[in-house]
Amino acid sequence: MRFPSPFFSTEKTGAVAGAFPGYTCLHKVTRMNNDTIAAIASGLSAAGISIIRISGPDAFGVASKIFRSGRLAASSVRMEDWESHTVHYGYIADGDEIVDEVMLLYLKAPKTFTKEDTVEIDCHGGIVVTRRILSLVLKNGARLAEPGEFTKRAFLNGRIDLSQAEAVMELIGAKNDLAVKNSVKQLRGTLKKRIGELRKQILTDVATIEASLDQPEYYSLEGFGEKLAESVKTEREAIHKMLCSADNGRLIREGIHTVILGKPNVGKSSLMNALVGEERAIVTEIAGTTRDTLCEEIRLNGITLLIVDTAGIRNTPDPVEKIGVTRAHEQAEDADLILYVADASSPLDANDRDILRAYAGRKMLAVLNKTDLIGSGTVSDGTTADASNNASRNTTEADLKQLLSECGCEAEVLLVSAKEGTGLTELEEKISDMFFAGNLSADDESVITSERHKECLREAFESLGKVLNSIDSGLPEDFYSIDLMGAYEALSRIVGEEVDEDLINRIFEQFCLGK
Amino acid sequence: MNKEIPEFTCDAYDVAVIGAGHAGCEAALASARLGCETICFMVSTDTIAMMPCNPNIGGTSKGHLVKEVDALGGEMGRNIDKAFIQSKMLNRSKGPAVHSLRAQADKQKYSNCMRKVMENTEHLTLKQAEVSELLYKTAEDGTKSVTGVKTVSGGIYPCKAVILCSGVYLNARCIFGEVSTFTGPNGTPRATHLTDSLIAAGIEMYRFKTGTPARIDKRTIDFSVMEEQKGDEPIVPFSFTNTPEDLAREQALCYLTYTNEETHRIIRANLDRSPLFSGDIKGSGPRYCPSIEDKVVKFPEKDRHQVFIEPEGEYTNEMYLSGMSSSLPEEVQIAMYRSVKGLEHAKIVRNAYAIEYDCINPMQLYPTLECRKIKGFFSAGQSNGSSGYEEAAAQGIIAGINAARKVQGKEGIVLDRSQAYIGVLIDDLVTKETHEPYRMMTSRAEYRLLLRQDNADLRLTEIGHEVGLISEERYRKFLAKKQAIEDELERLSVAVLGASASVCETLKALGTSEIHTATSLLELLRRPELDYESLAVLDPDRVPLPADVIEQVVINIRYEGYIERQMQQVEHFKKLETRKIPEDFDYDAVPSIRIEARQKLKQFRPVNVGQASRISGVSPADISVLLVMLERVLKDSGKAKQEQ
Repeated sequence: MRFPSPFFSTEKTGAVAGAFPGYTCLHKVTRMNNDTIAAIASGLSAAGISIIRISGPDAFGVASKIFRSGRLAASSVRMEDWESHTVHYGYIADGDEIVDEVMLLYLKAPKTFTKEDTVEIDCHGGIVVTRRILSLVLKNGARLAEPGEFTKRAFLNGRIDLSQAEAVMELIGAKNDLAVKNSVKQLRGTLKKRIGELRKQILTDVATIEASLDQPEYYSLEGFGEKLAESVKTEREAIHKMLCSADNGRLIREGIHTVILGKPNVGKSSLMNALVGEERAIVTEIAGTTRDTLCEEIRLNGITLLIVDTAGIRNTPDPVEKIGVTRAHEQAEDADLILYVADASSPLDANDRDILRAYAGRKMLAVLNKTDLIGSGTVSDGTTADASNNASRNTTEADLKQLLSECGCEAEVLLVSAKEGTGLTELEEKISDMFFAGNLSADDESVITSERHKECLREAFESLGKVLNSIDSGLPEDFYSIDLMGAYEALSRIVGEEVDEDLINRIFEQFCLGK
Repeated sequence: MNKEIPEFTCDAYDVAVIGAGHAGCEAALASARLGCETICFMVSTDTIAMMPCNPNIGGTSKGHLVKEVDALGGEMGRNIDKAFIQSKMLNRSKGPAVHSLRAQADKQKYSNCMRKVMENTEHLTLKQAEVSELLYKTAEDGTKSVTGVKTVSGGIYPCKAVILCSGVYLNARCIFGEVSTFTGPNGTPRATHLTDSLIAAGIEMYRFKTGTPARIDKRTIDFSVMEEQKGDEPIVPFSFTNTPEDLAREQALCYLTYTNEETHRIIRANLDRSPLFSGDIKGSGPRYCPSIEDKVVKFPEKDRHQVFIEPEGEYTNEMYLSGMSSSLPEEVQIAMYRSVKGLEHAKIVRNAYAIEYDCINPMQLYPTLECRKIKGFFSAGQSNGSSGYEEAAAQGIIAGINAARKVQGKEGIVLDRSQAYIGVLIDDLVTKETHEPYRMMTSRAEYRLLLRQDNADLRLTEIGHEVGLISEERYRKFLAKKQAIEDELERLSVAVLGASASVCETLKALGTSEIHTATSLLELLRRPELDYESLAVLDPDRVPLPADVIEQVVINIRYEGYIERQMQQVEHFKKLETRKIPEDFDYDAVPSIRIEARQKLKQFRPVNVGQASRISGVSPADISVLLVMLERVLKDSGKAKQEQ
């Protein structure tokens, strides 16, 4: 049995679509197929040209807001009136600022891949520009496509057949899992923490309201609105800051997160400097010089490598150094690739064993550094004449290999002298080989996740703005909950958490409800 | 131990209802009123619509449920309107969505009034007997369907549908301190056989726990040191069939006092004797209805807890101590209650106790409340793991309607989450795993602004009428009200005031800013500083309207933005809700749904995509995949039809 909606609308037309974009919902959001979506359609890593695809009923509306061309400016012709399947030269502009020179492919429904109105923007590639354009597209009314969504629409609109659709489903399933995992992983640790704090504060506020609505005789909301306004303002500022830093590309880690790990004084900082090509880390002979983690971005054959130098790991009584050691472990936990550095001029010990055991099974390359301090040939076979003198003090490739396998680490060993600069090319080649063999995660995922994060942050920011409006216009407290939960939900999506029973659980945790 | 009891066949019925509590009464009445020959079993006819715990009906979100039951044509609202002794609208200072009606009941009167209705309803037979067995047949393909019930005394009642409304009676055990009594609430007989029969039929059972505070002799309470709690004037009726004038009466008082450090000390010193903490109670208790010992342990920083003292009825001196349920030993209870201000000389008439009972895992039910495993077997109320009279009644009426429709060969009705709290309640019960008795809360309703207690009639009367529980006369009145609301909204939107000096003068006098262009009365009503009443001076064409019409008009204008936003969400929600999943859908044929989600989906077999999306462990990605796959199934079956 179906019944007509019993609700009244004071608007005669009842057409309210678009009045409240970015609506929120207390529960899980599942997207439908009637909005306009956009995504980067080309791979990002090494391409010369990147393509941003926009599809949906408002594709032309979105594109015309950011596309400038002589033709559009000179004539009264609107983009909607263009002939289908044509290419247009022009610029993408953010207000008055030109972002990039582009070719725009204009495709009217239904003869498109998705059978919807479609625009493809070919830009000059490069992560920064491509991301900026995508960001503009999203800001102007499109939303970021889910993995496989173009293909899904193509199928739902009858464009492709079932066998193709099955492949799409595989893609959606597999990619979404990965995307969620990656997007959470790629979030910077401090940001994750800050978002966690925001979520906690917001949920506490909602729980306070809801507990009082549920048990008005037990809990009062006297004066709560003012307090809430204060904390919402603070939360908005925090989110605003995150959004600003997101525009600078600092929201997430980019590139392959490579962490240099090892016990103290094996030359980690020297290796870092050698790779980065400048004196970034302080290098001394004193063990434990690097007390915190240092981070540098380098480009390696078109791949972005985010290299992190860490404090040497050992049991130390020094509180400052201890913090460094803890951070080193945190970094290594998140690493896509670990460069384990050992000193060729001193023997491996229990400390090496402990560290390696902790990272068994991780993507790892072992670097036997300071080969300059050992006579040539000694390191690789350990059987030369003066071996008798040094054998007990030196570490050979075989020693390191043995320890690696004992500790369950699968890693190739590379001989390097950071000081002399030998073996560095081989190391770099090894890393890029791993990348191109698909053994390391790529860049494009991080751009997408970054946009996802931004979309969610914007949504949270807007929702909190609505809370302030509700407070200002003197609405009762139960109205605050609606948008507070909207903000909470958006923030939860960033960290990949489901909302489901959070609120009810928090109410019970925090408030003593009972009859 | 027992001699074999000879079986004998009794009269046949369309529908048998097991239990006559708040779920059972609504179920039996709905079924009988829809023309089904209905028999309602109870362990004692004296326990019809008994209120064994709190002496009130309604409260936050529960009041909404009662109004919805009434709008569908149920009895609870009319019954409490007859039997209340104090009435209050909670949350009046908050938004209309959370206004909640609550009435103190004269418990005995409530029970008597309901009994009178039950006894005088056509097609309804009452029978005092313990049902010991569910009878069913198994078809060749393994599907089971109900054939009747059997009582302890061997009576076999053939019937086409059975509704389980066993409340807390299945294998009930009441506990306080070291004492256990094997009875239902208030010392009534319990039902000891049915659980085994249900398990044998393949039903999965849970064991839950709840509790109740002591009742104190009014003459031993010093009310002079407590705060009085008065009822509201004028009274808002629960039933849309009543007017405030119909219900005017003298209202009783409630009182507020507090526990203190001494109370808490006594509790802490005796925790080892509490069956909750000693491990004697195994059942899962609700977090929202904690015993006083739970509260003291869980919130050690609170130096006092509120205690509301409420009368149990006009013809009794017993007073209910809301907020102090307990399962501590009797002598500890005496010391604990006497430590409370005003209760120093209190005499306990009935001890507080905890009660354990069997209920079914509600995820075995369709949203129609019919059991997936046994056709024609329905369940409603506490036997579904809910708690509360109102939650029970809400499920009862739905189960009653659907059992009757089943017998009559009609499709069952399901209210969804955007239509009613009843929809939220049942959807939560059958979709989300519960490990404690479920209580309704307004925060569980995502479309709270639409699901108000004031518009329950607008939401549900049409459905009640369509089903057959709303009389033509009542329906006509309802349509007139609806029309009046629409007309007034229309009138206010076209009644435009010019920005004349006199209008601006009047507006200023009303404490609001003047207008600069022609403005409709509807626009002016959006201003928080104006109300319908005060605008009368600027509205000469106004004709007097009933208060309930004005209320709807004002709410719709004032909260329009929010209401429309939620309506958009509802539209979105409905899309998933109307995507049915075939009963025999093969989830294994969808490899890209993650294993965890696939297991959950296979286990719970959601009826539509919306329900699937609410199962914990099913991600939006899984839903995308599912949608695509359903599209495929649809196309395949379309193709198959064409080929035929």
